[in-house]
Amino acid sequence: MSGAVERVGAADPYRIGHGTGYQEHTVEHAERGLAAKRIIVGFGFWIFLLSDIVMFSAFFAAFAVLANRTAGGPTGRQLFDLTNVAIETACLLFSSFTCGIASIGARAHNPRMYYGGMAVTFVFGAIFLFLEMHEFAGLVAQGAGPERSAFLSAFFTVVGCHGLHVSLGLLWLLTMVAQVFAKGFRPDILRRVLCFSLFWHALDIIWVALFTIVYLMGAGA
Amino acid sequence: MSHGSTGYGAFGDIEQKEELSGHDISPGDDRPATGEIAHGLLGYSVGLGLAVLLTIVSFFVAGTDLVWRPSIPIALFVLAVAQIGVHLVFFLHITTGPDNTNNVMALAFGVLIVFLVIGGSLWIMSHLNANMMIPMGEAMQP
Repeated sequence: MSGAVERVGAADPYRIGHGTGYQEHTVEHAERGLAAKRIIVGFGFWIFLLSDIVMFSAFFAAFAVLANRTAGGPTGRQLFDLTNVAIETACLLFSSFTCGIASIGARAHNPRMYYGGMAVTFVFGAIFLFLEMHEFAGLVAQGAGPERSAFLSAFFTVVGCHGLHVSLGLLWLLTMVAQVFAKGFRPDILRRVLCFSLFWHALDIIWVALFTIVYLMGAGA
Repeated sequence: MSHGSTGYGAFGDIEQKEELSGHDISPGDDRPATGEIAHGLLGYSVGLGLAVLLTIVSFFVAGTDLVWRPSIPIALFVLAVAQIGVHLVFFLHITTGPDNTNNVMALAFGVLIVFLVIGGSLWIMSHLNANMMIPMGEAMQP
C-alpha cells in the first residue's frame, strides 16, 4: 500500500485525479480538509437534535399560552414542590457530566472510565425518572391529573415528553454499554457513543428550559 | 514546505495510525493523547461548575424577595439562556472552530424557529384574547 500511495503522490502531487483505490481516496480527501466521519455523523445527529428541540418548542408554546387557564383548579404555585425539582435538576446535571466523562473514556479506549461513567449516568438518570414519576403520581392522586385543566394538560405533555426522552435515553445507554462490551471500542461503535452523549446533553438543555419556564416561573407567578 | 512535497510524510503518518487501530478509521478518529483526556475532563468540570452556579442562582432568584418581583421572570430567562450557552459550549462542544461552522449555522436556524414558534404563539394568542372582548380567565371558569 505504501508503494501505491507514493506513486500517486509523485504522479499527481496536487491530487486532482481521483483514480486511486478506496483507501487512498479517503486519505487524500481528508488531507485536503474534508471533515472526519466523526464530525459528519455528529453534524447529522445535531440536525436531529435541533428538530427535536423545535418539536419541544411547540409544546413550550402550548404551555406558555395555557399556563393561566387553570379552570378553577390548582395553580402551579400550589402544586409544584421546588425542592423535588432542585433534586431532579442536580441528578440530570450530574448525569450529563458523568456522560461526558464516559465519552472521554470511550475515545481514549479506557474501559474503567467508560463503564464507570455510563453506570453513574444510568443511576442518576434513573433517580431523575423515579422522582418525576413520583411527582406525576402525587399530582394525579390529589386530583390534579392532565384532565383537570388546560394548564395541567400542557404541563403533563411537556414534562412527560421530556421524561419519555429520558426513558429512551436510558435504554439507549444500556444498548451502548452492551455494544462496547460485545464489540469493543470500534470506530463505528464510538460514533454511536458520540451520538448518545450528544442526545443526553441535549436532554439536559431541554430540562434547563423546562425547570425555568414551567417550574420556577410557574411557581413564582 | 509546499503541500506537494510534504505529502509522503503525512501519508506515512496516517498509515502508521491505521496499522495501530484497524482499517475503518478515518483521520480525526484516532485516540486522543493523555494530555487531551485531562483537557477534556477540565472542560467538563468547568462546564459543570458554571451550570451548578447558574442553577443555584436561578432557584435562589425564583424564591427571593430581595429583587423587584416583576424583574424575576426576565432574570430567570437570562439565567436559562446563559446556562444553555454553557451546556452548548462545554458539553456539546459547539465552538467557533472550522469543524463547527455547519453546527453553528444549524443551531442559528433552530433558534430562529424556536423563537418564531414560541413568540408567535404568545403574540397571536394574546391578541386573540384581547379581541374576544371577554377576559379568557372568566370565560373558562366553570
